[in-house]
Amino acid sequence: MNEMVITRAEREARLEGMGCKRKRVEDVRFTQGKGQYVDDIKLPGMLHGDFVRSQYAHANIKRIDASKALALPGVVAVITAEELKPLGLHWMPTLAGDVQAVLADGRVSFQNQEIAFVVAENRYIADDAIQLIEVEYEELPVIVDPFRAMDPDAPVLRPDLAGKTTGAHGPRKHHNHIFEWTIGDKSATDDAFANAEVTIKELISYHRTHPSPLETCQCLASFDKIKGELTLYGTFQAPHVIRTVASLLSKIPEHKIHVIAPDIGGGFGNKVGAYAGYICSIVASIVTGLPVKWVEDRMENLSTTSFARDYHMTTEIAATKDGKVTGLRVHVLADHGAFDSCADPSKWPAGFMNIVTGSYDFPVAHLAVDGVYTNKAPGGVAYRCSFRVTEAAYCIERAMDILAQKLGMDPADLRMKNFIRREQFPYQSALGWEYDSGDYHLAMQKAMDAIGYRELRAEQKAKQEAFRRGETREIMGIGVTFFTEIVGAGPSKNCDILGVAMFDSAEIRIHPTGSIIARMGSKSQGQGHETTWAQIIATELGIPADDIMIEEGNTDTAPYGLGTYGSRSTPVAGAAIAMAARKIKNKAQMIAAHLLEVSEYDLEWDIDGFRVKGNPERVKTMKEIAWAAYNSPPPGLEPGLEAVNYYDPPNMTYPFGAYFCVMDIDVDTGVAKIRRFYALDDCGTRINPMIIEGQVHGGLTEAFAIAMGQEIKYDEMGNVQGASFMDFFLPTAVETPHWETDFTVTPSPHHPIGAKGVGESPNVGGVPAFSNAVNDAFGFLGTTHIQMPHDAWRVWEVARRLGLHG
Amino acid sequence: MIPGPFVYHRPASVGEAVGLLAAHGEDARPFAGGHSLIPMMKLRMAAPSHLVDLAGISDLATIRDEGSTVVIGATVTQAALIRSDLLAARLPILRETALQIADPQIRTKGTLGGNVANGDPGNDMPALMQCLGATYVLAGPDGSREVAARDFYEAAYFTLLQPGEILTAVRIPVPPAGHGYAYEKLKRKIGDYATAAAAVVLTLDGSTVASAAIALTNVASTPLFAEEASRLVVGTSLDAATVKAAAEAAKAITDPATDGRGTAEYRREMAGVMVARALVKAADRARTGA
Ligand SMILES: Cc1cc2nc3c(=O)[nH]c(=O)nc-3n(C[C@H](O)[C@H](O)[C@H](O)COP(=O)(O)OP(=O)(O)OC[C@H]3O[C@@H](n4cnc5c(N)ncnc54)[C@H](O)[C@@H]3O)c2cc1C
Repeated sequence: MNEMVITRAEREARLEGMGCKRKRVEDVRFTQGKGQYVDDIKLPGMLHGDFVRSQYAHANIKRIDASKALALPGVVAVITAEELKPLGLHWMPTLAGDVQAVLADGRVSFQNQEIAFVVAENRYIADDAIQLIEVEYEELPVIVDPFRAMDPDAPVLRPDLAGKTTGAHGPRKHHNHIFEWTIGDKSATDDAFANAEVTIKELISYHRTHPSPLETCQCLASFDKIKGELTLYGTFQAPHVIRTVASLLSKIPEHKIHVIAPDIGGGFGNKVGAYAGYICSIVASIVTGLPVKWVEDRMENLSTTSFARDYHMTTEIAATKDGKVTGLRVHVLADHGAFDSCADPSKWPAGFMNIVTGSYDFPVAHLAVDGVYTNKAPGGVAYRCSFRVTEAAYCIERAMDILAQKLGMDPADLRMKNFIRREQFPYQSALGWEYDSGDYHLAMQKAMDAIGYRELRAEQKAKQEAFRRGETREIMGIGVTFFTEIVGAGPSKNCDILGVAMFDSAEIRIHPTGSIIARMGSKSQGQGHETTWAQIIATELGIPADDIMIEEGNTDTAPYGLGTYGSRSTPVAGAAIAMAARKIKNKAQMIAAHLLEVSEYDLEWDIDGFRVKGNPERVKTMKEIAWAAYNSPPPGLEPGLEAVNYYDPPNMTYPFGAYFCVMDIDVDTGVAKIRRFYALDDCGTRINPMIIEGQVHGGLTEAFAIAMGQEIKYDEMGNVQGASFMDFFLPTAVETPHWETDFTVTPSPHHPIGAKGVGESPNVGGVPAFSNAVNDAFGFLGTTHIQMPHDAWRVWEVARRLGLHG
Repeated sequence: MIPGPFVYHRPASVGEAVGLLAAHGEDARPFAGGHSLIPMMKLRMAAPSHLVDLAGISDLATIRDEGSTVVIGATVTQAALIRSDLLAARLPILRETALQIADPQIRTKGTLGGNVANGDPGNDMPALMQCLGATYVLAGPDGSREVAARDFYEAAYFTLLQPGEILTAVRIPVPPAGHGYAYEKLKRKIGDYATAAAAVVLTLDGSTVASAAIALTNVASTPLFAEEASRLVVGTSLDAATVKAAAEAAKAITDPATDGRGTAEYRREMAGVMVARALVKAADRARTGA
């Protein structure tokens, strides 16, 4: 075909740029089993590490005897806190300003806590050795319930903090208290409640769960004694941060540490922080001079590395009789487990919980969060959400339903009445955020029309009557949710991790023949960056996405970035990509002007090159410009065509959405069937609609799991219950409902391409939609709030309490 | 989740297998599909030092029709039960039950013999075998014997199987043509053991129940044959009151544990619900010939 007759639409399509449903390029290797994960990497002489873990939730360790293990052929070393002490590595700092024992230092504070690290020639020998290590314990009283943690006579859970009346985030009120964090105008809020016509108050708990990526946490440390260099492969969502932390802890200079995050099988917040396994592998490699691999098994993953949620939110709304909200007051009791190893930006001990005013125009609000220690695993990570945003969304969305019920109003109508209006953006929330953009009424109306909301309510009413007449044993629930997220951490003025500002970065290099390699500080764990980042560049620079190679995860080659979590990659790294591309484009324009012998100002961009204004036949494509950039640049201009951008976002972005869940509950078994689930998302500019849809499907599946039964539970002795996929609910294709997706587009005004991030919206918005549906189903029988998770037996117990079983 | 060391044996005959088991005593275990045994070994809840794989014994993998009895070899997989035309025609409840076990991957490996010999109250086939009045053929150093499924189970993981014995086959009396059946299982998700499950086989004489057998899965430390409940429905038209009475009688013999599936109370109640639903479905099938 003749190049000349290609239409503009065809030129555009050839780029597979933004807006294109480009197929995921990484799937070519993933679907053929050719991904390269940490456990696929095998180095010569590699040893394997594995942990001796605590049987008890709280105990003093009287004695550790490893002599039998050390006598087992193939065992190379057994490391305990005693061995780490001289290196100062038996404790490590956490991202939340606390310290955490790397290996138990005379005491264990949660079940399965790491006590000793066995290094052996293979995994089997390591596990055999573990059985041979004798640990003598002296059991101590256990605190499992966070509501008991600050009892006057509660056992001291952190003797290492004795006498410390101040923590990283201010005064400590009790020996098991970590921090109190407050925000908002307390007296104005109290006034609003004092003068309110209607108020509601409810303890809304969000139970403990776990991100549970399919690939568990793992690493491979290889120390080169001759060069004094450490190479660390790992499942890191934030490889550069790991490098900095590793350097600070090990004193190995940062340029001598090579952190490589290869393909990652899901992260969901589980792989942001630093774990004992990393430190011990590094130490073991330094000591033995051999590479040491550590791979968590499923039970270790579920029971030790980073749980999520465990927030107990006492929530109050003040309102007028006709349903206008006038104040919000929330107190959170946050269970952080044995150590505060939350992965939040350092100044935010409760993450962005202050997004709890949600999508509503609250004139005043006040939030207080108390963090406490318990004898449970540490963590509190953002499981597919931006730092406590799921907790906040669940809190406000549940509370709005409770208010609607009290007022006798339809929950959708109540939301419509209180939404922040389009013309109020940029909107200053009562708890300190500036919402960038939104059109909530439009999105909600579109969603209600699409699902046939009023008809569903009519059907529900008829079913309720039939139920009362004894004609059916099913009740119907309609879950309404309208969430607003805050993502894209974040502006250096308020976001850092251990002092490192939360910018992100991109480096784009165009080769002479017009193809591209680009590297980012972000790190995909399944999000599809290799696909979408290329699409941004394709549109910005007019080079087909297929000619663009994206590389992430190698800290030697990638520019420094803060990694991928909290839906921050598109808002921050995505912006850096666009900005770097624009630098290149500026230079390209100079080169094009030189080649076309016109002034730069006489040129205009047209899909894949520059053309002379008013003379569209005279063009230079980006490919031609790339060749010239290296071989015949304009006099005085340095050759080459590449750029780096570090992007410090001016604000967060605020994606939002309207989700509806329709469910039918069998009151005799408690089993809930999801009839429909409709999700409308507004994530601003849409880079790849197919990937967005995939992200929404995945996040909704997680939300379904969490709301309907996924839980990390403990008995009263602090024994973790059901930390395997037999009990921990990970839905298969059979259980997963069918998802209907939809969208509106409200670009972010401050983001270079207007994109907001979407990966976490479905988890954030999905959980309240499911929970509200369960609550909505039972509401007509007199319930106000039913705690999650809504697994069948708990739902049945509600029916039992209501006397529905005759 | 890494098993300890063990020696792997692959005998070619029942005699050889029994010999190996006898030689190694308590340290040896028969190994069939491995889908109960290997998880236990990975958790080091079982640490046999000798595994005697039954997969090399070809005559254990057959399904035979002996007229009034169907004989299923111990290593017939759950997938093979599902595929069998013979069973579909004569013992359709086997297929219905097998389809509710675990997932396709596990059913491809897991065997009927392993499922019934395992002694885990969560296994689905034992209650079904009790419902059907099956007998187990056990081969040991002293020859072969038969034990009724209803007598076989003593406690969780304790059965009448002696060390050194293997289960070679299951003999199932075929219920009359036109019988009604149902296996109703409540579970949290694919791949889960029952919160509670009930197996029902019955025959009708006109609209009256002529015979009935009811058994329960995972609501006690063994499978339960619900004798009283079975007796209650015979001679009735299976009216609502009878169904309720049978469910109550079945519940009365349960002793479930509280676990992630629910409280003991919930699981007991669910046993009743499953019995009621299975009875109604079985009667419906008997009536309509479905
Ligand atoms: C995730 C998962 C979910 C599951 N869900 C279910 C479920 O819902 N319902 C269900 O019924 N099962 C379930 N199972 C178990 C599965 O059906 C097993 O395959 C079955 O219980 C055991 O059969 P097997 O052939 O795999 O036996 P193995 O695991 O090989 O052996 C089990 C035990 O029986 C002994 N044994 C095996 N064969 C013989 C024999 N011929 N003679 C004497 N002893 C023998 C072994 O020594 C061992 O002690 C599940 C398993 C998994 C992993």
